[in-house]
Amino acid sequence: MRVRFWGTRGSIPTPMTAAALKGKLIAALGQAGGRRFDTPAAIEAFVEQELDFTVRHTFGGDSSCVQLDWGGDEYVLCDMGSGARVFGNHVLAARRGVPAVYHVFMSHTHWDHIAGFPFFLPAYIPGNTIHVYGCHAWLEEAFRRQHGAPSFPVEWARLGADIRFVTLEPGRPYELGGFRVSARRQHHTGDSYGYRFEREGRVVVYSTDSEHKLDDPAQATAFAEFFRDADLVIFDAQYSLAEAISIKEDWGHSSNVVGVELCQMARARHLCMFHHEPTWDDEKIAAVLAETRRLEEITRGDHAVRVSAAWDGMEIDL
Amino acid sequence: MVLDHTRFADVVVVAPRGRIDHATSEGVREALAPFLARCTADGDRVVLDLAGVEYISSAGLRVLMLAAKQARVQQGFFAVAAAQPLVLEILEISKFTLVLRTLPTVRDAVTAASPAGLAAFERG
Repeated sequence: MRVRFWGTRGSIPTPMTAAALKGKLIAALGQAGGRRFDTPAAIEAFVEQELDFTVRHTFGGDSSCVQLDWGGDEYVLCDMGSGARVFGNHVLAARRGVPAVYHVFMSHTHWDHIAGFPFFLPAYIPGNTIHVYGCHAWLEEAFRRQHGAPSFPVEWARLGADIRFVTLEPGRPYELGGFRVSARRQHHTGDSYGYRFEREGRVVVYSTDSEHKLDDPAQATAFAEFFRDADLVIFDAQYSLAEAISIKEDWGHSSNVVGVELCQMARARHLCMFHHEPTWDDEKIAAVLAETRRLEEITRGDHAVRVSAAWDGMEIDL
Repeated sequence: MVLDHTRFADVVVVAPRGRIDHATSEGVREALAPFLARCTADGDRVVLDLAGVEYISSAGLRVLMLAAKQARVQQGFFAVAAAQPLVLEILEISKFTLVLRTLPTVRDAVTAASPAGLAAFERG
């Protein structure tokens, strides 16, 4: 199974600024140190092999959209943030007009998780089928009302795809999109839902926009069970722990520290930090990743958890 | 849970031990409550001596945050001190060192707390 991250930023799409790009160019030329590269291949080798991640790359700025690809012909997605626009364009280019079926699991309907849908081109093309799953009663309304006046020039009725909304019941297992899927309610304004996907012995948990209250050990235990033995946990690590329980308490997000603890409790194999804080630049996210890896190392018992930070375009093979 | 504590004039040094995690944090919070109740502008200054703490989880860090908040509301003095390297690293990674008065030693914390406390501390 392959997990592809099309959008990883939290709260709002966050394009890289010209100043940030200029800083990367200055750093790259500085690291080159006046060396001469005779071919594009030599330049690429230098970029790939010698430049730091934050110089040659960016974590990206599109909001939440993650694809779970088990090799089937149908597409499975989590959330429709602005990353869905890039995903949709990619699929259209690859399929050359051949219709497709999409299964979309929605954590919740805040803007940063639905903003990509009006720009998701497969929704405009007859022949495509889009199943949108979620646990909120207002799921369909949230999608419909961002189309048409006064928010958008295209009315819902002009979408050509067959779009079906399906309400799921938390805690109940379903067979959907080639996966056994179960949802769990999470603490977030208006509620959000995490999803546990299982297929052929592999487990991926998508748990974003989820605040974890630390005064309730039973809740921690319940989430550890939801994450139990997962091969990959995609986890909302938008804030530092200090922020999450002080000035940003009840803003509905979690921290790297809680992510490590829950994955250790659950004996999960890989914690992928997700829904990055929009005010954090690449250097900040990289620094938090390094600290989180260190935290996992110094608090590790008999079970190691791999730690990564998602970036737009990243792929993880399970 | 009973917390060891030592008074140096108007400074009370409270010393939890072992692990402060999901299993023990509530006990620490309850045991700390009487000390924090007296942590006011005209009352005791409270220093939490972390030298005996081997590990602190997010639940334990929450207890420290609540203590600091209560002291701030009451205009009292609250600090943590003498954290072991592992615990100090957890405080740094969680960014608690940015929001919690964190001193390298108990003496440093008592010094920051009050001159009378420091004089008593130096007398032993």
